[in-house]
Order: sequence, then structure tokens, then C-alpha cells
Amino acid sequence: MLSRILSHDLPRSRTLAALLITIVVGLLLTPFIFPGAQALAVAAKILVFIILVASYDLLLGYTGIASFAHTMFFGVGAYGVAIACTRIGASWSAIVIGTLIALSLSLVLSTVMGIVSLRVRAMFYAMITLAMSSAFQTLAGKLYSFTGGGDGLNFSLPNALSAGFRLAKEPFLGVTLNGRIVTYYLIFFSSALLFLALLRIVNSKFGRVLQAIRENDFRAEAIGFRPVVYRTASNVLAALFATLAGALFAIWLHYSGPETTLSFEIMVDILLMLVIGGMGTMYGAILGVTLFLAAENYLHNLMLFAAEGLSDLPFLAALFSPDRWLLWLGVLFILSVYFFPNGIVGRLRGT
Amino acid sequence: MSQVGSPTIPRPHFDAVPLLLFPIIMLLLWPLVSPSTWLTLTVAGLAMGMILFLVTSGLTLVFGLMDVLNFGHGVFISLGAYAGYVAMRPLSAWVASPTLGLNLAVVGIGVLAGMVVAGIAGFLFERIIIRPAYGSHLKQMLVTMGGLIVVQEIIRGVWGGEATAVGMPERLRGAFLVGDVAIEKYRIFAMIAGTLILAAMLWTFNRTKIGILIRAGVQNREMVQSLGYRVDRLFVGVFTAGSMLAGIGGVMWALYQQSVRPEMGGDLTVLIFTVIIIGGLGSTFGCFIAALLVGLTTNYTGFISPTFGPFSNLVLLVAILFWRPGGIYPVANR
Repeated sequence: MLSRILSHDLPRSRTLAALLITIVVGLLLTPFIFPGAQALAVAAKILVFIILVASYDLLLGYTGIASFAHTMFFGVGAYGVAIACTRIGASWSAIVIGTLIALSLSLVLSTVMGIVSLRVRAMFYAMITLAMSSAFQTLAGKLYSFTGGGDGLNFSLPNALSAGFRLAKEPFLGVTLNGRIVTYYLIFFSSALLFLALLRIVNSKFGRVLQAIRENDFRAEAIGFRPVVYRTASNVLAALFATLAGALFAIWLHYSGPETTLSFEIMVDILLMLVIGGMGTMYGAILGVTLFLAAENYLHNLMLFAAEGLSDLPFLAALFSPDRWLLWLGVLFILSVYFFPNGIVGRLRGT
Repeated sequence: MSQVGSPTIPRPHFDAVPLLLFPIIMLLLWPLVSPSTWLTLTVAGLAMGMILFLVTSGLTLVFGLMDVLNFGHGVFISLGAYAGYVAMRPLSAWVASPTLGLNLAVVGIGVLAGMVVAGIAGFLFERIIIRPAYGSHLKQMLVTMGGLIVVQEIIRGVWGGEATAVGMPERLRGAFLVGDVAIEKYRIFAMIAGTLILAAMLWTFNRTKIGILIRAGVQNREMVQSLGYRVDRLFVGVFTAGSMLAGIGGVMWALYQQSVRPEMGGDLTVLIFTVIIIGGLGSTFGCFIAALLVGLTTNYTGFISPTFGPFSNLVLLVAILFWRPGGIYPVANR
């Protein structure tokens, strides 16, 4: 039963299974075991990013396509919901309409991108998508009346998802069941469903073809699979999942802006999370995202501590100041590309 | 290639068709703006194109020679710019001096500092970050991007994250007035400097043994290796020289913008890639033409429509790839 839910792609390592169970149970029970809005916000971000990174894994890890436009689709989803909720008003139908419009836009964009540019060499594709996403980000920042420009869009959601809503009068296990908790579980179950769907895709016959193309597109073509068709399909699927992740993120934040969804920093974060977790494994997304987002907070504190200890040496203190956490993440990233090319999951599986 | 058996060596055929893109793009703008604006924008575009060429020429060779994909090329621009800024800061008396000679000397010192620092950084970058990733594009892409983050963060740590003003030398300030057309002096200077460097590069490639080896290596690395030349050593040299050029470009760019920022190089990455893809990866002359084209379109569309301007280079790129999938001057064998 469990094996079927996981599409027969089991963790294949006791430690990995234990870690995954811990993370999933932790996320499921976050509202009850980690009190406070901060913990809930981190957990919700983890859930959304797991889908974002896992869908990128479909593209980079399974198909071998390096794209830098993934945040663009993430942004399309977030802005779709944000714009629909601003224009139509706070209703469920606005969320559905916004998501559907965003999905169709992503579908068109990713299909055109795939057909136009997946014929050219892989690195051309990486560069073209980089140009495209940066142009898109600039556009979102400048179409002020539509996207709210650099400030982004704040919007309100249906009553059941707003903080003032009460699911039950009495607190349950000491926690007030308000609209935030409802939103959290909406995101939790959507993410779980989307992740299982991705797992299903990569373990299907289609997923096997993608891996064959990644390993050797010439041979894959020789046995009758057209790489352009499969690459485009993979590109489209990854884009649609990223769009849904964006929609979920907007629902959680009640906000969409260029910095939270479209910026190049997020693209770099996605890459870091995927490489650290392990490419081409799907489970790597869960581990990478959780570790990264936890480190984002934890590393900060550790570096604050180090910077205080080194306050006599201004140069070193500057390098260890909490603002420079990205520096150490970059170093960690380079080292992990060289020494753990298969990421944490690869290491745990002993490959 | 097909004429191997013929007794005479065929003269290389020069393909002038891509040059027609210049009049096309320039004429597209003509009806939209007044003639004086047109001239100002064209000069600005050509000056920017020259700087872009300096910045990108190294990268396109690095790619052509060793098939190395470097997403971190922008760090040499930033490092060069900051080195130039640091070298020029104590010489503020020369910057403010009304003598053209002292003004040019201070720019020369800044350029030299940028060149040296970026060259050293390029050498180290190649040894530490790129060398272990030969042969795998994905790894190269990831580690060079990591390198970009690390160097950018180091610059932020050392000089702070904010933009810092860079003083423009006295005699390069302001503009010449030709009729009612204002042409900024620095843009003329940038164009002259760019032309000189282009001439030096073309001379190296056409008249020196090392230049011919580089060109041969870009076309067919294995063949050059089998003739007994160490292409990997050549590559380190080209990488270092390319970083130096990027450093020079960084100083010129900092003066053009009159400020330095840690992200200035990283922000140029998109333009740089647009240029080298349009030019045809590995082709120096293609890179030159593409840099000028991109400089022109960026300035034109930035003036006509600031909102949709960023898409213009993308449109140019896609249109050119439809026309010539390998760029305007595709390098044989690639």
C-alpha cells in the first residue's frame, strides 16, 4: 500500500527513511508541537519550496535540462492568484480562476520556450532562460498598475483562510484552530499530493525516457523517442508544478512581489537546495529544502556568535557577519558539487 | 573544408550579411525620434557596445577553446571595477585636474589596476573552481555560479553593499555640442579605447603564433593537441587574458555609470550571454558585432519603452537564432 503510494520508489536507506518520516511528521504536526507564528511560517515555506524544488528536479535532475526560468513560473502562479484576488475580490472562485489563468499562461510560455529553444544546445537553453526570467522580472517590476511594481500586491483571501476565522470555538490540544491553521493544512495536503504526483511521473515510463535522454539523447532517439518532444513535455510539467507552488505561496503570504517569487536569488536558492539534497532523487528536494531553510535561521545565529568572538579582527569579523551568510552557503555549495555530487540522498544511499 | 584536395588555398570568404543588421536596426529607430536624439542614442549605444565587447571577448574565447561554460565571468568585471576605484581614489587631484594628460593617466592607472587584479583573480578562479569541473557543463554551471556568489559576497564584505560614486576625470566630463546634438565626451573616449583594444586583439589573432594557435584551438582542439601543443596551458593564458579584458571593461563600465556596486558584474551576466550567443560562441569578430548590436538595441528600446526594453535583447536573440541557429558567425566544428 505504502509502496504503491510512493510509486514503488522507496527511500532505499534506513537513515533516509527515518529522516523523511521525521520531516513529514514534523511538518504535519508543526502547529501543535512548535508554537508561534514564526515556526508555522517556516514550515509553510518548506512545504511550498519542496514542490518548487522537486519540480525543478524533474527538469534538471531527471531530464538534464538546466533552466533558469523556474522562478518565472513560480512568479506566474503567485501573481495569478494575487491579481485575480485583487481584481475579482476575496473569493474561492478568484483563487481558482487566478490559478487556472496562471496555469494556462505557464503552459503557453513553457511550450513556446521548449519548442523554440530546446532544439539548440543545452547551454544555450540555460542562457536564454536566464535572459527571459530577468526580462520577466523587470517587466513585473515596471507594470505598476497591474502587478503593484516593486511593492508587490497585498490582497485578502476568503474568510475561511483569514486569521480571524475560527474552525472551532474551543482550542484543540491547546491550539486555536484559526484560518492560518486551515491555510497551513490546505498547503500541507496540496503539497503532499503534488509531491506524490511528481514521484509518480518520474517513476512512470515517461520518467524513464526522460532519464534515458539525460544519459544519452542520441541513443534515446535511436530507439524511437524524440528528445525534443520529451524535453518539452518535461519542461511544461515542471513549469505547471512550479506555477501551483507559486499559487500556494501567494495564498500563504496574502502577498506576491518580485523579491519573494521572481528574484534571481530564489533561483540560486533552488539550485542550492537541490544540489545539497541530491539531484535526480525527488527525496533530495525534501531534505535539501528543510536543511536550507532551517540553516537560513540557524546559520544566522551561529555567525552572529562567531562575529562577536572575532570582533578584535575587523576583516574576519566582516566575513563572519550574519549578512554574509550567503558567502558561506556559496562555499558549501561549491564543495558539495565537488565532494557530494549526489547530495545527501546519494550519500545516504551509498551511490 | 571540402577543398582539401585543391592546389591553391582558398581565400577566406568574408560574410558581410550580418553587417546589414546595423542599418536595419538604426533605420527602425529613425522615424520614431528626432535626428539629434537618434545620433545621441546611437553614439551611446556604440560606446556601450564597445565596453560590452571588452567584457565578453574573453568569455567567448574561453568557451570556444575549452568548451567551458562560465557563469561567473561577471566577478572579474566587479573586481576590476573595484580595483580601479581603489587605485583612482588617492589620485583625486589628478581626477580634478584640468590637464587632459593627467586625466588620461589616472584612467590608465585605474585600468591597469583593474586589469592586474582581474587577471590574478581569473588565474585563481580557473585553478580552484573551474579546473576540477572540466568535461561537465552542469558542474561548470553550478560551481561558477557558486564562485560568483562567493566573490560577490567577499566584495560586499570588504567594500560594503551600497553603490559608491566614482569620480569622472575633469576633461572627460560633459559633452561636445555638434549643432544641437550633445555627444558625451566619455562615450567618444570609450569608443576610441575599445577600438584600440580591438585592433590589438585582431593583430594578436592574425599576426602572432599564439593568436593563430588560439584560433586553431577554437576550431579543433584535438588537432592542435595532436600537433604537440599544450592547449590546456594555452587555455589558462586565454582565461587570464579574458579576465583582464573583463577587468578593463569593468573599470570602463564603472566610469560610464560613475559608480561601483558589488552586483554590477553579476547584473551584466544576462547581457554578456546574449552577446556571446548572438555572436556565435567562440567567434571574436561575431562577439564584436553582437556587442555593438546589443548596445544599440539596449539604448534604443530603453529610450522608447523602458517597460518592454528588457525584452528587446531577448527578441533580437531569438530572431537571430531562428535565422542562424549557431549565432551570426558560427565557428566551424561547433
